[in-house]
Amino acid sequence: MVSGRRVDLVPMSLPEAPSLGFGTGHAFVVELDQFSGPLDLLLHLLREEQIEISDIPIARIADQFLGAIHELGLNQAADYLEMASRLVRLKAQMLLPRPGEADGWEDPRAELVRRLLEYQHIKEISVWMERAAERRSLQFARAFLPVPPELPPPPLTLDVVELLLAVERVISGILHPVLHSVVARPLNVEGATLRIRALLADREEISWRDVLGHAPTIVDVLSTLLALLEMARRGQLSIVQPGSFQPLVIRRESARAAD
Amino acid sequence: MNPLAQLIEAALFAADRPLTPEELNALDPDVSLAEVKAALDQLREHYDYDGHGVEVAELGGGFQILTRASLAAALERAQVAQRSSRLTPAMLETLAVIAYRQPVGRAEIEEIRGVSGSGVLRSLQERGLIEVVGRSEGLGRPLLYGTTPLFLELLGLPDLGNLPRSDEFTIALQPPRPEALADSDSAAYVEADS
Repeated sequence: MVSGRRVDLVPMSLPEAPSLGFGTGHAFVVELDQFSGPLDLLLHLLREEQIEISDIPIARIADQFLGAIHELGLNQAADYLEMASRLVRLKAQMLLPRPGEADGWEDPRAELVRRLLEYQHIKEISVWMERAAERRSLQFARAFLPVPPELPPPPLTLDVVELLLAVERVISGILHPVLHSVVARPLNVEGATLRIRALLADREEISWRDVLGHAPTIVDVLSTLLALLEMARRGQLSIVQPGSFQPLVIRRESARAAD
Repeated sequence: MNPLAQLIEAALFAADRPLTPEELNALDPDVSLAEVKAALDQLREHYDYDGHGVEVAELGGGFQILTRASLAAALERAQVAQRSSRLTPAMLETLAVIAYRQPVGRAEIEEIRGVSGSGVLRSLQERGLIEVVGRSEGLGRPLLYGTTPLFLELLGLPDLGNLPRSDEFTIALQPPRPEALADSDSAAYVEADS
């Protein structure tokens, strides 16, 4: 039963009542984020016009609502559009000839009124809750720092002497140590450089396989790699990979090939 | 202060959240819950009587040592402590619906607020103020939400019963009676402060 309940919205003391400027020029100058939804905007319009919720002049409010969302630039906001269409439908229904109230005529605005009252209720509670949270925020609990995550151990720093001493200690603990004698095989970076240069003099682009030739030894591979990197650093060639997992292309850098 | 009150004071000091009387009871299994509550009262009186800068507050179903509200401005000025960020109107409205209707589904929240979108629910969940408490029997078995103890902590309330009763607000929905409005307002404050 709606008609029995008279509600005046004026004395409501909502804190952040946004002010619509009913001034000169534009009818409404408001920011979208001042309203938390179409019901909020609708309540605001009713409050501004000092209209009783139970007896909303739908035609006028519908026009104002449409005007507001147009000015608000809310054309994208589905929630506002849905409310707008609801209001327009109500406006049309109110124009229909109505039978006498005794004949069980149901006010088409009843559902809207119910929703507005319910929303207003929620709004009041949320204001109360905001104040409670405000009061609570004036009291501080002890601050606790979060426990730092487990850090990886710091990087190992030692010099060669320490390392050798450690190796000796380990070896001394072995009863019958089997020691390999490692023969140093010097890398031939100069030779590889000459080979690459000769190949590039012939062709503009070569591949890694071209440079290595058949059956390369580990020393050959390492020498070639170092030579390539050194030449790339000097700008004598560039190393390009056209795509993922594709073979590298070694290309002559003609501009600076002179030096 | 008796030894139990000292023990409770130490526990409240060391904990990073409100402790319930039951949790405090675990400190000394030989004492009863009633004794724990008596010791809590003693501790609270001790802080109040000697005019300490902290007090024992009851919130979120438990007890916690908090600084006094009157000192907040000085603490903030000195950048010793910082107020938690405020909630947006959309968050507050959603919390209000959930607090009074829980367990409640998203559809009902959206219906009441006239606004759709789950972003607010997600951010409330991320802040730990609401949680999924079950599923509705309805179509699609949608999730149902409820408030958490952290929600009560945020508002400084001991439990949900301390929220203003729903019918207290109908006063404001009656014809204008400014004095009645003022009364209901201050009544709400008194309840929250006590």
